[in-house]
Amino acid sequence: MQNSKLIRTENLVKKFPVGKGFFTALRDINLEFDKGEFTGLVGPSGSGKTTLLNIIGALDDPSEGEAYVMNSEVSQLSHGKAAELRNQHLGFIFQTYNLLPVYNVFENVEFPLLLLRLPTKERRQMVMEALEWVGLTDKVKSKPVNLSGGERQRVAIARAMVKKPKIVLADEPTANLDAKNSHNVLKMMVDLNRELKSTFIFATHDEKVIQYLRRKITLEDGRVIDDVPMVTNGLNKGSQS
Amino acid sequence: MTVLRLAFRNVLGAGLKTWLNVAVLSLAFVVIVWVQGFYDGVNQQALDAIIDIEYAGGQFWHEEYDKFDPLTLEQSHGKISPDVQKIIDDGNAIPILTTLGAIYPHGRMISLMIKGVKTDQDIIPLPSHVLENGNPNLIPALIGTRMAEAGEIEKGDVITMRWRDANGTFDATDVEIVEIMNTIAPSIDAGQIWIPIESLREAMQMPGEATVITVRKGFDVEIGEFGQFYFMLPEKLLEDMINVMKGRDIFWMIMYVLLSSLGLLAIFDTQMLAVFRRRKEMGMLMALGMTRKEIVGTFTLEGALQGLLSVVVAFAWGAPICYWTMTTGFRFGNLKEGGGFAIPTVVYPEYSPQLVFGTIFILMFFITLVSFLPVRRVVKLKPTDALRGRWS
Repeated sequence: MQNSKLIRTENLVKKFPVGKGFFTALRDINLEFDKGEFTGLVGPSGSGKTTLLNIIGALDDPSEGEAYVMNSEVSQLSHGKAAELRNQHLGFIFQTYNLLPVYNVFENVEFPLLLLRLPTKERRQMVMEALEWVGLTDKVKSKPVNLSGGERQRVAIARAMVKKPKIVLADEPTANLDAKNSHNVLKMMVDLNRELKSTFIFATHDEKVIQYLRRKITLEDGRVIDDVPMVTNGLNKGSQS
Repeated sequence: MTVLRLAFRNVLGAGLKTWLNVAVLSLAFVVIVWVQGFYDGVNQQALDAIIDIEYAGGQFWHEEYDKFDPLTLEQSHGKISPDVQKIIDDGNAIPILTTLGAIYPHGRMISLMIKGVKTDQDIIPLPSHVLENGNPNLIPALIGTRMAEAGEIEKGDVITMRWRDANGTFDATDVEIVEIMNTIAPSIDAGQIWIPIESLREAMQMPGEATVITVRKGFDVEIGEFGQFYFMLPEKLLEDMINVMKGRDIFWMIMYVLLSSLGLLAIFDTQMLAVFRRRKEMGMLMALGMTRKEIVGTFTLEGALQGLLSVVVAFAWGAPICYWTMTTGFRFGNLKEGGGFAIPTVVYPEYSPQLVFGTIFILMFFITLVSFLPVRRVVKLKPTDALRGRWS
């Protein structure tokens, strides 16, 4: 079924086996996301934020219900097709950065483009552009181990954004950063959201992140208990098209 | 191509870990080739020595003769046919008469084979000319160092020798040991005594007879029957020995497998550890859009590339060592015995292309396999579990 919404979930349920029973991480989630959103999934630990993010990112399947990402039903995708969806349209930003330790900054950012099999020249241009967005053009040769936490997260953002994905999924992106670095990283993401019109979805319970959101979805015990537009106190005035 | 590029980057990026693997693998490569080359060298030299010393250009055997059954010796003698005699008369072959007998050094009886050989022959490198020396009233005899050690016999000793003649009658005489020869071939030494063929023919009452006739190296004889004798080329004569050597190959095969296993264990261990340690990385690769096939391919190729790198490194430091040992050989002092085979005092290892490339092929195959085995678990791994560092 074609739909204008970029992401849509219908009666989404996710259960995990625990002992002889199940733990229900998500219950009846019905959500829609448009292009260019800057949205946060907010809630305490265990509320289902990361699980929902994983299903949207085609990293996990729902137990019941459907999740449509760019009109593809996630649970129906083969491993290859799911990989293709992630490769072409999704960017991930993780709490622990997950950079490849043997690669330098340039190579880490270049990695998604290698998987897209882009020509060398084009890759180089795109990597340098992404490193400019995050202000790391002077660190191209550095290995992740030689970077600060803030710099590593900026590399992770550059890697997620380098292919200009339609959707960026960020799981607690500021959890390991101090306040100053958190604000820098968030400002950077706001700018990229404006410039590239990518949809950003955060899983977070960090107040600093919440200040930047334009839509806040609150989860509790796997249920959506609140879904409201945000007054962004001037930090993120919006770019939704 | 992307997978190859990534595997190459990972191998280079892993730095010390890669070089440690490469060091262990290259050591395994060189040791395997070196040990096997040494063994091949020993075998080849043993075969060459037997051809040079015993079989020369081939042998006529009496129809009853069986080299490995001494009980056939009583019947295995006969008159030489005229066409074979002509080869002998032309100096291209020598007759050897063999019988069972005994000697009595220091009052002990030692059973042995008495062999009669022409004293003026130059077809086999047996110092038979010494049989023209010694006391003219005694039969001159030549023995090897092994026989001398077994009987505590020295040059110049006079010992009693006993035999049965053509009529089955026991007879005995004294012989003088005119020389003790040092030979690498036990087959002309251990349990044998050489005397002039005419003396043995007379003692045995077998004029003009022989047991085997050895042909000069390079002299062509048509394979087939010649009266009571039939001719065989050295390759045919060595068949039994080659079969016995193949039996010994099992030991070397075990060595080969053990050495290979050591190298493979190193890479298997490393791959297992790497896969365990890099679960999160694999999850990340999946999140970035790599397919499971690509991930398995990358990790498998990493192992294969390390194997390839170790071949290059092994060649760089192993080739000069192998070349040096191949040209200078290994000196083994007085070690001469090897399960009844000739072991030369200097062994020259042989590194055939089959050995080198066969070892490379076998090891590369198994390195790739043991690189693949731990990674295939990734195929079943859920991306979310991998990202959390879980196995399932």
